[in-house]
Amino acid sequence: MEKRVVFRSSWLPYALIAPQMAITLVFFFWPASQALWQSMLLQDAFAAKTQFVWFDNFKDLFADPRYLASFRVTAVFSTLVTVLGLTLSLLLAAFADRVVRFGAVYKTLLIWPYAVATAVAAILFVFLLNPTIGVVSLLLHAMGVDWNYLINPTHAMILVVIAAVWKQISYNFLFFLAGLQAIPKSLLEAAAIDGAGPARRFWTIVFPLLSPTTFFLVVVNIVYAFFDTFGIIDASTSGGPVQATTTLVFKVYQDGTQAMDLGSSAAQSVILMAIVVTLTVVQFRFIERKVQY
Amino acid sequence: MVEHRPWRALSGHLVLLLGIAVVVLPIYVAFVASTLTFDQVTTVPMPMTPGTQLVKNYGDVIAHGSTLGSRAPVGRMLWNSFVMAMLIAVGKIAISILSAFAIVYFRFPLRRTCFWLIFVTLMLPVEVRIFPTYKVVADLGLIDTYAGLTLPLIASATATFLFRQFFMTIPDELAEAARIDGAGPMRFFWDVVLPLSRTSIAALFVIMFVYGWNQYLWPLLVTTREDMYTVVIGIKRMIAGGDQATEWQLVMATAMMALLPPVAVVVLMQRLFVRGLVETEK
Repeated sequence: MEKRVVFRSSWLPYALIAPQMAITLVFFFWPASQALWQSMLLQDAFAAKTQFVWFDNFKDLFADPRYLASFRVTAVFSTLVTVLGLTLSLLLAAFADRVVRFGAVYKTLLIWPYAVATAVAAILFVFLLNPTIGVVSLLLHAMGVDWNYLINPTHAMILVVIAAVWKQISYNFLFFLAGLQAIPKSLLEAAAIDGAGPARRFWTIVFPLLSPTTFFLVVVNIVYAFFDTFGIIDASTSGGPVQATTTLVFKVYQDGTQAMDLGSSAAQSVILMAIVVTLTVVQFRFIERKVQY
Repeated sequence: MVEHRPWRALSGHLVLLLGIAVVVLPIYVAFVASTLTFDQVTTVPMPMTPGTQLVKNYGDVIAHGSTLGSRAPVGRMLWNSFVMAMLIAVGKIAISILSAFAIVYFRFPLRRTCFWLIFVTLMLPVEVRIFPTYKVVADLGLIDTYAGLTLPLIASATATFLFRQFFMTIPDELAEAARIDGAGPMRFFWDVVLPLSRTSIAALFVIMFVYGWNQYLWPLLVTTREDMYTVVIGIKRMIAGGDQATEWQLVMATAMMALLPPVAVVVLMQRLFVRGLVETEK
C-alpha cells in the first residue's frame, strides 16, 4: 500500500524521522547488540577479566537445574494465567453479551483493573492473603486450610496467578465481548429454530466463530505472563519460597542485580528475545491467514 | 435474545454481579484499610466498614511517607509518576506521528530500512533487554533523571504503526488539493493531518498514560534517589521487612493513590480507551 500523492524534499523526511531513529538506535539496537555480545562473554564479579567463550553461557544455562526449574515455573504460571484468565473472562463476556439492561454499567465495572499497575495489584492481594492478618486467609484458616504463601510453594504460585489473572481479566473481557457482539444473531436464531439449546449453540456456533479472538488472546496472555508480570512477582513473593515463583524474567533480573553474573543474565535475555520473536511471528502469520473456521 | 426466558436474564445478572464483586473486593478491602488506625488494621479480623482516619492517613503519606518503612513522601512520588506518564505519552505520540508522516508522505532513500528498523522494535519489550539498556543509560549519565526514566520507553513502534495505518486512509485528494493551493508538507501536516488524527491521538494518549504510570521494572533500576521514585515502586519499599510491623493502613492509602489516576483516566475516557486498545493491537 503506497500513497499516490507524495511531497518532495531532500531533507525534510530525514528531519521528521530523525527523533524516532535516534531513540531506536541508542536505546534499542545498541543495547540489544550488547546483549548478544555479552551473552558470549565470561566476566568475573569485578569485571576485571573478560573472556570470549562462544556459546558456553548458553550451555551452562541449559545444564543448570535452577534455570530449567525457572522454565518449568514460567510454563506452569503462564498456562494457569492464560487458561484461567480466558475461561473466566469468556464466561463473563458471554453473560454480558446476553443481558440487555445495564450492559454498559457492567462493562465499566469490569474494565478498570486493566489500569491498575501489576505491582499494585500484587500488593492488594498480599494484603488480602497475608497469612496473619489477611481477610481472605482468615476465611481459609476457618475452613481448615493452613494458608501461608510465605512458606508454601503451591500457595505462593496461587497468589501470583490470582493477582495476574485479576489484572488481565478486563482486557480479555473487552476483546471477547467485541468478538461475541460481532457474531450475526441470525445464525443463532436459525440454530434455535432447529432446536439447538443454549449450550449446544455456544459450542457449535459461538465458540468456533470466536476462534480468531481466542487465538489472539492466547498469544497476548502468554506474552503478558512471560514479561509483564515481573511487578507482581517482585512485589509479592520475590520469586520465593525456594524459587517456586521465579519466572524467566525475574531470574534475569535476579542474576543481573544480585548474583552479578552479567554473562549469564545476558544469555538469558537472548533466550527471552528468541521466545518473544517466535511468539510474534506465530501471531503475525496467523493473523495474516485470518484463521479458517 | 433468541429465546425469552426471564430466569436466564436473571442468572446472567447474578453471574455478572458475582464477577464484579470478586473484581471489586481487593479494592474495597484496601480502601477500608486505608481509613483505619494502625491498631484497627492489625486486629484480627479487621473491621469491614470504613473508619475515620481517611484524611489523616492520606495526608500523612503524602507529606512524609510511612514511619516504620520508607519515609519518602508520596506526594513527590505521585508527581514523578505523573511527569513520567505525561512525558512517555506525549513523547511517543510526538515522535511517532512525525516519523509516520515521513514514511507515508515522502519517498526517500533508506525509507524501507527505517521502516524495518522501527518494525523490529515491536517485538522486544523492555524487560528482555533490561541490563544492556541500563548500561547505556548509565553511560550517558541519565540515572535519576526524567530523561533516563522515559526515553528508553519511548522507543516503540506501536504508535508509529497506528499513525501509518491511519494516514493511509486519508484520501489522496486532500494532499493533492493542498499541493495545488501551494501548501508545503508541514502546512499540510498542521492544517489537515493533525486535526484529522485528533481521535487517534486521544485514544493513544489514554493507553500510553496508563502504560507510563504503571511502569515498574525500569524505574526500579534507573532511580536510586528517593526524590526520583515513582509511586508504583515506592509502595513496595513501605512494606517493612524482617521483624518490623508493616503499617498496612499507610501502604493501602498509597496503593489507592497509585491506582486512582490511571483508573480514573480509563473509566472517564472509556470510549477512547477501548478504541485505543483495539487499535494498538491490530
